Amino acid sequence: MEELFAKPEIRKPENIVYKKTPLMVDRPLSYCPGCGHGTVHRILMEVIEEMDIQGNTIGVSPVGCSVLAYDFLDIDMLGAAHGRAPALATAIKRLWPHRFVFTYQGDGDLAAIGTAETIHACNRGENITIIFINNGIYGMTGGQMAPTTLPGMRSSTSPYGRDTVTMGYPLKMTELVAQLPGTHFVTRQSVHTPGNARKTKKAIRKAFDIQKENKGVGWVEVVSNCNSGWKMTPVQANKWMEDNMFPFYPLGDVKVDGKIVEK
Amino acid sequence: MAKIKGDIAIDTERCKGCEVCIAACPFGVIAMSKEVNSKGYHYAMKVNDECTGCTNCAIVCPDGVITVYRAKVTTE
Amino acid sequence: MGELRLMKGNEAVAEAAIRAGCDGYFGYPITPQSEVMEYLMAEKPHERTGMVVLQAESEVASINMIYGGAGTGKKVLTSSSSPGISLMQEGISYMAGAELPALIVNVVRGGPGLGTIQPSQADYFQAVKGGGHGDYKLIVLAPASVQEMCDHVKLGFDLAFKYRTPVMLLSDGAVGQMMEKVVLFDQIPRRTDEEVIAQCPWAATGKLKSRDHVIITSLDLDPAGQERVNLKLQAKYKKIEENEIRYEEIQCEDAEYLFVAFGLSARICQKATDLARAKGIKVGLFRPITLFPFPVQQIASTIQRVKGVLVVEMNAGQMIEDVKLSVGLNVKIEHYGRFGGIIPSPDEVVRALEQKIIGG
Repeated sequence: MEELFAKPEIRKPENIVYKKTPLMVDRPLSYCPGCGHGTVHRILMEVIEEMDIQGNTIGVSPVGCSVLAYDFLDIDMLGAAHGRAPALATAIKRLWPHRFVFTYQGDGDLAAIGTAETIHACNRGENITIIFINNGIYGMTGGQMAPTTLPGMRSSTSPYGRDTVTMGYPLKMTELVAQLPGTHFVTRQSVHTPGNARKTKKAIRKAFDIQKENKGVGWVEVVSNCNSGWKMTPVQANKWMEDNMFPFYPLGDVKVDGKIVEK
Repeated sequence: MAKIKGDIAIDTERCKGCEVCIAACPFGVIAMSKEVNSKGYHYAMKVNDECTGCTNCAIVCPDGVITVYRAKVTTE
Repeated sequence: MGELRLMKGNEAVAEAAIRAGCDGYFGYPITPQSEVMEYLMAEKPHERTGMVVLQAESEVASINMIYGGAGTGKKVLTSSSSPGISLMQEGISYMAGAELPALIVNVVRGGPGLGTIQPSQADYFQAVKGGGHGDYKLIVLAPASVQEMCDHVKLGFDLAFKYRTPVMLLSDGAVGQMMEKVVLFDQIPRRTDEEVIAQCPWAATGKLKSRDHVIITSLDLDPAGQERVNLKLQAKYKKIEENEIRYEEIQCEDAEYLFVAFGLSARICQKATDLARAKGIKVGLFRPITLFPFPVQQIASTIQRVKGVLVVEMNAGQMIEDVKLSVGLNVKIEHYGRFGGIIPSPDEVVRALEQKIIGG
């Protein structure tokens, strides 16, 4: 099919201002159309490329939609059991203190089965980066309720909406871990608009940088969409996220340089 | 007179038609094709000449299918 | 001759770990094995060899720290007791599937459930038949003395790295708590990071430009791929069975009757052998040291010569099943199966019958 509006005089290698980083393995991503995982993966690898630490980074992937993250990120990685990534990362960082070590986890992984591992890695102040993708649902297993599912939000195991009386309230893990002295930088961002994606990149960069300071956990929550689980189009899902998720999970820095940010 | 102009190249086979780039573009450069790629997705395509190479579309693309070019172009 | 000391079994494990060049211990307190971590914390091995010692928040966290350390090629150890080992089963299965080397010490206590803190041998099935899910085996060593608690740490690490598989030391509360003389082997230097990278090219140590990125995982969603993984594991276990059997025979040459026992029970049977012989009963003791691989041929040939066998174990009868299996029946009994989610076809099954049973 003929491409319309192509500009051969501009489309020259020396004029490239943005290209997907080579640290993303060149293969199609298995994520649903519009899913924030793809965006965060790419931003994360841009940070690793810019810091020139591809050979000096070890990542830990979760169980969930991003169980196959290690197929897409061109760095050495370990796939953890569900919820256990912070335990793996603890040992890896203690045994290889000069490596950059991160976990990449979803909401079920980090805030349901892995709550103890999450809290205790933060409590011990491990010098790792925790990237937490929060879309308020269990995507991989078919859209069940998650610990971060909002009150009234429908899922396959809360088909009439989350009833807080029988199902409890959503957990705000970011605010929880910010209370612990072992966390040094704690922030919540999103990647659904260019401005927010750029902020997320800065946040991930900062979380990696502080590993050199040995001052504790760098934590980046990314509130993201799950159009498949929420049963919407990607664009509708991003709007729904803005209208419903952000009021409950507000974006912004929660803790910087070891101090809670005053609102 | 020199003007900054941009161009985007889209890997239409990797595009999944999520349309997030359309919302990100300040100049309405992108729309979905009527055709589908081999996976059955409509894909993103340029529909006008207004691209300034701002990279907004490429940055939000979950599949990283967009490469952005930018250059100074002299116009009479 | 190495250094001679009077030590508790649990302490011998800890000291042996330091001397074997262990990189990290990650564990959780539980009676009757907390002395392992207490000794390590007091000994400050970080100052001796750079070894990391960390108290985790649970046994679940412990085994996953072990998984992380092992996945990067480091020599790592954890220890626990029965209920804690139950918690570790998920991590152990993952490690077997991902082919990771590590040493796990189980100082067995009475169960089931919370049980008691007194010694028991009732975790044989869990250790040898795979307490976690899936088709895997652990190499299982059964020390019967404080000396073996020390020596089996070094042996266990060697076997773990030789075969890239988790190894379990199946001890019990008595051997863990008793004090005996130990000859401690000399310090083996901890490997440097460069040595780990060179010796463990399979490990996730940080991507080298000379190779693709390493992925440590036990997941393979492709049925053919998962079957390949399983076939590889089975081939490995076969090799272990062919090469790593260890056992001891005491007064079996002229025996008319036989005790079979492991660990603490073997010590008791050794005394019982002397007592019985004093009464004119010609009994011997066959002591498996590796519970996996089980000394199948060796025990079968010894049992051929005797009139009766008493299997002594502090449980409801677990190892006895393997003793009976070793001797076998006169009917041919074989196995056929597939892995990875692949479903056998009726034709395949008929072929297996023809080849394995009728064909002989």
